[in-house]
Amino acid sequence: MSNFWHWTVIIVVVAHIIAYLWLLFATSKKKVDKRADNTTGHVWDEDLTELDNPMPRWWLWLFVITIVFSIAYLYLYPGMGNFKGSKEWTQINRFEANYAKVNDARDKSFAGFINKPLDELIQDDQAMLLGQRIFANNCAQCHGSDAGGATGFPNLNDDDWNWGGEYADILYTLNNGRMGVMPPWAPALGDDGVKQVAAYVRSLSGIDHDGALAAEGEAKFGMFCVACHGPEGKGIAALGAPNLTDDIWLYGSHEIIETALYEGLNGNMPSQSEILDENRIKLVAAYVYSLSNK
Amino acid sequence: MIDFNDKVVKQFTIATIFWGIVGMLVGVIIAIQLAWPAFNFDIPWLTYSRLRPLHTNAVIFAFGGNALLGTSMYVAQRTCQVKLFSNTLASMVFWGYQLVIVGAVLTLPFGFTQSKEYAELIWPLDVLLTVVWVLYAIVYFGTIATRTVKHIYVANWFYSAFIITIAVLHIVNNLAIPVNWHLSYPVFSGSVDALVQWWYGHNAVGFFLTAGFLGMMYYFVPKQAGRPVYSYRLSIVHFWALISTYMWAGPHHLHYTSLPDWAQSLGMVFSLILLAPSWGGMINGIMTLSGAWDKLRSDPIIKMMIVALSFYGMSTFEGPMLSIKTVNALSHYTDWTIGHVHSGALGWVALMTMASMYTLVPRLWGRDGMYSTQLINVHFWISTLGIVLYIASMWIAGVMQGLMWREIDANGSLVYSHVESIEATYPYYVIRIIGGVLFLIGALIQAYNTYKTIKGDQAEVAVSTEAAGAKA
Repeated sequence: MSNFWHWTVIIVVVAHIIAYLWLLFATSKKKVDKRADNTTGHVWDEDLTELDNPMPRWWLWLFVITIVFSIAYLYLYPGMGNFKGSKEWTQINRFEANYAKVNDARDKSFAGFINKPLDELIQDDQAMLLGQRIFANNCAQCHGSDAGGATGFPNLNDDDWNWGGEYADILYTLNNGRMGVMPPWAPALGDDGVKQVAAYVRSLSGIDHDGALAAEGEAKFGMFCVACHGPEGKGIAALGAPNLTDDIWLYGSHEIIETALYEGLNGNMPSQSEILDENRIKLVAAYVYSLSNK
Repeated sequence: MIDFNDKVVKQFTIATIFWGIVGMLVGVIIAIQLAWPAFNFDIPWLTYSRLRPLHTNAVIFAFGGNALLGTSMYVAQRTCQVKLFSNTLASMVFWGYQLVIVGAVLTLPFGFTQSKEYAELIWPLDVLLTVVWVLYAIVYFGTIATRTVKHIYVANWFYSAFIITIAVLHIVNNLAIPVNWHLSYPVFSGSVDALVQWWYGHNAVGFFLTAGFLGMMYYFVPKQAGRPVYSYRLSIVHFWALISTYMWAGPHHLHYTSLPDWAQSLGMVFSLILLAPSWGGMINGIMTLSGAWDKLRSDPIIKMMIVALSFYGMSTFEGPMLSIKTVNALSHYTDWTIGHVHSGALGWVALMTMASMYTLVPRLWGRDGMYSTQLINVHFWISTLGIVLYIASMWIAGVMQGLMWREIDANGSLVYSHVESIEATYPYYVIRIIGGVLFLIGALIQAYNTYKTIKGDQAEVAVSTEAAGAKA
């Protein structure tokens, strides 16, 4: 801050503190000319009067102590404009010191796991506990604290993987993120086409559907959808295109099919590499892998 | 005889009791939603995010505001021994103020908001409130200026500080550029906007909920106790110290944020200095009873006032404590803050208002006393129990949340996820609902008692005493 504000802050604070002390000093002296009834002699609204009792000593001391504390605090810590305080404390260096301490502890405790292979990691209770805590604080917001998923966020407990469920796939997902995009198909299919393809997709999972519509939809599916979902509708992990034959629906239920065909879908799993270091990604990936492979 | 304008005071009194019940009911609804989220029935305007500002606006500005406006006009007339400066303006203030409140009810649940805490009202309502407030200041200070007694009574110092400062706070924090009839953008941005907001927010506490209600206390406590104010000198010192110190305290709402360290520190030290000035009011109120301590046994209104002052002392001790950076690191963003606010809001503001209404209502309507003293007693106990349940559950919940959020194991990992802290808080949310419901029941009892008093009914005193005896 500029010199002007620096000095303005200091002068106003000091003036304020001096004013408190003056106020206390000026009023704490006992008056000599007391009225017989110890009141100020003022009367309002027939019966409201005031006594002229001195201020309680303990209260005055309480006031003085808070002022003395404040002066000491403003000497030790930042407060008086640009003056840094004798301890040179800042919230940033306090945060960094604490963060370094936590990081040290983490590095030490993670050291034992760095070179362990996956099958040992998922059998190691300590590693899985660490993985679970990383998951709870970084992943649970979308995937749920039980990894059960939510609408638009996949369940990680089952064997259904849009992008592949091998350890290497999960690591890749965590490090790089994933973007799942299904474009809208209604312009190409038309309203009837949407109904037909939706019926066919329902038939793939054995859900109640209109057989005649589905039969018409099959050809259209072969034309538009196989490129990503594959000729049998079993999905292609390299594209993140989900399997449509297992009756597992990332967006809640099969009710989504028409909407998806009309509007398209966008799924985004952000990369965690900026947030979690390599060791933590490794552990949390092993934890996620363990959920469906134990 | 002076032709006091009691009509407008009566209107404010009834509005106070009515809006109090509305505001507390909305509070109970959102408390239930925190325990059982489905209680919003998937109706957008019943969601927590929209009802919460309605609750805070209703209890602070509708319940508290009507109480302050009404009592200040009553107290100014009585202690200045002069009629109100202008009856027409007073009536405009009453109806204008109700219009602002109705405007809040018609906008906040439907998502029209400035998104500034305690300053949610959209700009047209802000403008209306400014006009009403200026008229109010003219009525109030006009009355003081035309007084027929020489000295200005201490209650009026506090009411004056309240009126002037709220005007300044309201105008500065709501400076914004309107873009259409309901939308505006604040002129401040970033940390400056945050600092202005909490300068406003904390002084709303300091001048609306503290100075204003100290004004109420300084009239109604000595009046009800029939005793002189304990110390004139103490009232001078704590008045000036209180109003000058509160101005600094806002930054303690922004500890460990992008607000510069120096501003945070000043917010903290002045919050600590605030302890003694705050307690000055408590000492003066409670010690006013010296020489009449027996009234604590016989008069439930006095009991309510003393408990209100005790909660005032407690929450003004807690406030400075919470402003210490290291304590704040634990308490901030937890339900401890909610507990702290309610020990002040229910314990101090609401109880002092309710007790003052019990003193005021019989005088306004020319009755010998309230319809039923027994019901005041029931109200007192049920409210006190409600407050204790409310704040104790929120203290425990808050400290627990703070500890869970920061717990790091030996491996440097956070131990709990956020949702685990919410799960752990569930029982305390349920206890809080019970506390809130009890307090609301107390308000309903007061409304009934007030209705019967105004109607002119007399309770059979002997019978009600017997009934109480039989129950015991």
